[in-house]
Amino acid sequence: MALIHSLAVQGVQMLLVLLLAPLLLAFTRKVKARLLRRRGPPLLQGYRDLIRLMRKEVVLAHNASWLFRSGPYMIFAATWVAAALVPTFATGLKFSWTADLIAITALIASARFFLALLGMDVGTSFGGIGSSREMMFASLAEPAMIMIAFTLALVAGSTQLSVIAQFMLTHTSLRVSLGLALAALVIVALAENARIPVDNPATHLELTMVHEAMVLEYSGRHLAVLEFAAALKLLLYLSLIGCIFVPWGLAPTGSSLGAYAVGMAAYLGKLAVGGFLLVLLETSIAKMRVFRVPEFLGIALMLGLLGTLLRFVSRSF
Amino acid sequence: MDRLLLDVAHMLAGGLVLTSFMLLYQDRMYALLNVFALHALVLSASVAWQAYIQQAPHLFVTAGIALVLKAMIIPVALHRVVARLGIHRTVETVVGIGPTMLAGMGLVALSMVVMLKATAAVDPLAREDLAFALSVVLLGLLMMVTRRNAVSQIVGFMSLENGLILAAAGAKGMPLVVEISVAFSVLVAFIVIGVFLFRIRERFDSLELKAMDDFRGERR
Repeated sequence: MALIHSLAVQGVQMLLVLLLAPLLLAFTRKVKARLLRRRGPPLLQGYRDLIRLMRKEVVLAHNASWLFRSGPYMIFAATWVAAALVPTFATGLKFSWTADLIAITALIASARFFLALLGMDVGTSFGGIGSSREMMFASLAEPAMIMIAFTLALVAGSTQLSVIAQFMLTHTSLRVSLGLALAALVIVALAENARIPVDNPATHLELTMVHEAMVLEYSGRHLAVLEFAAALKLLLYLSLIGCIFVPWGLAPTGSSLGAYAVGMAAYLGKLAVGGFLLVLLETSIAKMRVFRVPEFLGIALMLGLLGTLLRFVSRSF
Repeated sequence: MDRLLLDVAHMLAGGLVLTSFMLLYQDRMYALLNVFALHALVLSASVAWQAYIQQAPHLFVTAGIALVLKAMIIPVALHRVVARLGIHRTVETVVGIGPTMLAGMGLVALSMVVMLKATAAVDPLAREDLAFALSVVLLGLLMMVTRRNAVSQIVGFMSLENGLILAAAGAKGMPLVVEISVAFSVLVAFIVIGVFLFRIRERFDSLELKAMDDFRGERR
């Protein structure tokens, strides 16, 4: 019975991230449009876009290899698994022993590796530029992510997200190294999701585009899957920040249905607030030049390092 | 509860170090001045919090001085100086921002190691505040060393002085007279430096320190 219960909760979590991801993306677009005093697309537009793309015919380049066709599914699978591992509304899920920060970083990294390969597969210049830039950013964003994981592990004594979230719930306090880790994680999340100071998610016309350049050759269901994966990634980072730094409302293992409902409501609230703050940041700053991005990401790396350092040197930070 | 009070104090002091790094990162003159105002704001919040914890009302005066003088008057005045002098709007650095940030990291690590070793017997609040204050001072020095433009060097100097005030607020029992005199000496320094800036520009048509080096025959 307990097994069925925990499997059901895990299943709900996997479906939940799948359902919420396009909604979150549409929500950010809507809020952004409202902030710019436009009306914006309806909230269901995210689903409609995906369905429409699914129905459309796939146009393939003549020299596209098997990787070009199978890659989008691999990316989607890796991102989905990573997003489903992050505790969203409850901790201690069935597979929470695998929900390790380093494992999640590795899953995202492998998704990125395939994306970069796909960008170069048909040999267009745009794809190549996008891939090379993505790798340039990743070479700084990944160490930063690992440093954040180290800081959290030093504070909470584990790299498992459930344990970290539980620790944060029971040992609520302000710590300088956690503050630094939060700042670093926000920067990494902005860069990983190709949001505004690093890349513009809403344009196809700039020579500076990164993520859009890599998926430029895709159409039909492949594009739908890739866009779905991008939406899942945004959801993943928001839930990661939510479960580590604002863990209130997370239902512990084996709670009643009521606790799960509270957790769900808290999670939706966190996503809405997180999405709103993201859009507020995006509308208030301009995109930076590509060659300034390594400095920006270097700051995330530096903050992560500083957080680890502070935690390591002094016990009480 | 006591624990939370200490944590907030640490958070604010850590925020000051973070703002020092933001100062190092800026590459636009006006953005630099805005971040400097933020630096002073964080300082004043930090000092006010110290005043609250230590129940030392005179520290509120220090916080007020920091707020009015450094977060409002000096940034506005520097804005006007920059506008009147028509200084180039980008900050010229001697080395790139990346190496500067790495050097800053090294300095923070250094000050942590030195301070925590040297003050092992003091109570934790003062001790870790001192470590942060030393980092802010060192980062201010680094900023003065790595900038070519005189205005950004002034900002570096002022941020260094903010670090000193943080140290003074953390160490209990600094008399108010000293703080007021420090604040006014900074204001005087600012005025003197401002006058100097105008004189320098009249002489050399530039605030680039390299022009002065060239003038003295010290070619690099």
